[in-house]
Amino acid sequence: MRVRFDGVEVEAHEGQTVAGVLLAKGIRSWRTTRGGDRPRGLFCGIGVCFDCLVNVNGVPDVRACQRVVAEGDDIRTQAGAELPS
Amino acid sequence: MRRIVVIGAGPAGLAAANAAALHGVEVVLIDAGAKLGGQYHRQDALAAGDRFELPRNVEHVANAAVWAIEPVDGGHRVHLRVGPADGPDRKGRAVEARALVLATGAYDRALPFPGWDLPGVFTAGAAQAMAKGQGVAVGDRVVVGGTGPFLLPVAASLIGAGARVVEVAEANAAVTGWLANPKGALAGWSKTGELMRYAGTLARHRVPYRSRTAVIEAHGSDCVESVTVARLDALWNPVPGSERRLEADAVAVGFGFTPQLELALAARCRVEDGFVAVDAVQGTSAPGVFAAGELTGIGGAELAASEGAVAGAAAAKFVGAAVEPPVRAMAKVRSGRRFAAALNAAYPVRSGWHDWLRDDTIVCRCEEVTKRALFRAVDERDVGAVRSLKLVSGAGLGLCQGRVCGRNVAELAGVDATGFAKRPIASPIRLAELAEEEPVESPIDAEESGRALGVEY
Ligand SMILES: Cc1cc2nc3c(=O)[nH]c(=O)nc-3n(C[C@H](O)[C@H](O)[C@H](O)COP(=O)(O)OP(=O)(O)OC[C@H]3O[C@@H](n4cnc5c(N)ncnc54)[C@H](O)[C@@H]3O)c2cc1C
Ligand code: FES
Repeated sequence: MRVRFDGVEVEAHEGQTVAGVLLAKGIRSWRTTRGGDRPRGLFCGIGVCFDCLVNVNGVPDVRACQRVVAEGDDIRTQAGAELPS
Repeated sequence: MRRIVVIGAGPAGLAAANAAALHGVEVVLIDAGAKLGGQYHRQDALAAGDRFELPRNVEHVANAAVWAIEPVDGGHRVHLRVGPADGPDRKGRAVEARALVLATGAYDRALPFPGWDLPGVFTAGAAQAMAKGQGVAVGDRVVVGGTGPFLLPVAASLIGAGARVVEVAEANAAVTGWLANPKGALAGWSKTGELMRYAGTLARHRVPYRSRTAVIEAHGSDCVESVTVARLDALWNPVPGSERRLEADAVAVGFGFTPQLELALAARCRVEDGFVAVDAVQGTSAPGVFAAGELTGIGGAELAASEGAVAGAAAAKFVGAAVEPPVRAMAKVRSGRRFAAALNAAYPVRSGWHDWLRDDTIVCRCEEVTKRALFRAVDERDVGAVRSLKLVSGAGLGLCQGRVCGRNVAELAGVDATGFAKRPIASPIRLAELAEEEPVESPIDAEESGRALGVEY
């Protein structure tokens, strides 16, 4: 299946999480922090830490380690955390 | 109808669901993951099908986040959202039952050190979950650090996923020492064989395994490029002059586990020493609420499964099924707890880690609170408990609600950490979802709610 990351088409497989797709491509960070504008990516891997937030199909603050990809997903880096939304 | 709800489908929840189903009770088994198994039995998410088969009277609700538990007359109402994680289109459900089994497991404890907020630093569990579940190594050259036997399977999985493990740094005494000469409480521990296999994998790949050693700093501008490891003294203070720089693009660190307490607290279960307190049948202080697995103490998958079997049987009995006491599982729980206590005593976290931090080291990742800011807040204001600590320092007020920093920040500030686990919403939901009314399934009827409480065999 194919998804897009910041507009670029990326190959993905059924069952992969967003974090799984990105790490397999060697991408380590996909958001910046609100205070220090520092890069962040995966940390706890199991939905606990909220470091891995990403925008999926226009919806921000999706945990990349928890979200399983679907055909055509439009994944985008995000700045800061945008909750509550 | 005799029905129970089990939350969490790891070793504990699976065993609980099976035990209750065996006694003819309907089970609703809820888990956030797509497949059964939890952490220990994490399945390859890319493979088709599910390795586990459940009895017909178990309904497995997958991809479902339980975000609240509410006491109602005669039982509890469990609120969940079902669908793609954090998506706006999840469906709401509310399930009521007289008996619940909580089996929500635990997550890694990560200790802060300079550079731990760089991409490329992961928890040991993250490295394990990505290797087992997604078939991907978190880096090409990985340093594994922390304490406890869990570091061995993590290193072995990383090797299996194609990474080079540069070194395993164990902050306490070597696990392999226990393995070679298991005595006392560990003699006959069934995990020994499994751990020996991992140790064999490390030896074959010539991975250095060093005891009394820790990763005390990660270096890099936007990503980990190297790390500093150092020898530790008995209190975990780095031994001056022992520092070594290792080239690595990833670090996986784990210093034991912290239980996922929020649902147990929402159900008003009593917590003792950081874990849900249970009796001999895994009953909590809240009538009709049973707990099993890492939630009640860190003891590994086998103990979790034994506790689950005991809890499932007790929950079935609680809702009126004819149940014989599960004596074998209860005996396994007792011996498992002895091993767990010995193991936990051998792999404590020592306070020397406080000195790994510099003034500008971040202690709360979400709110980017530094050690300096934390201590300044604590010095200026009277911080007697977690609530005021959070308010004056900002630590623990971010998105993870103190899950990652709670224990560390409480330890640094000298307050009790339990308050950090009090979270009104156990799993994130969007405001629109919160406003939505869910249909309530099979509300508990008056006759059922009038039954006596407690389980006695
Ligand atoms: C990331 C990680 C990886 C691990 N890997 C290993 C390993 O490879 N080998 C090993 O020996 N030990 C491992 N462990 C240790 C592990 O915790 C135990 O050995 C064992 O899995 C504990 O079983 P459990 O049933 O208590 O909990 P778990 O196996 O953790 O299961 C808990 C389940 O509850 C679900 N859950 C929690 N909260 C909610 C909620 N609000 N809504 C819905 N579902 C929820 C979770 O999705 C999870 O599936 C790991 C721990 C972690 C944190
Ligand atoms: S990596 Fe921690 S929530 Fe996703």
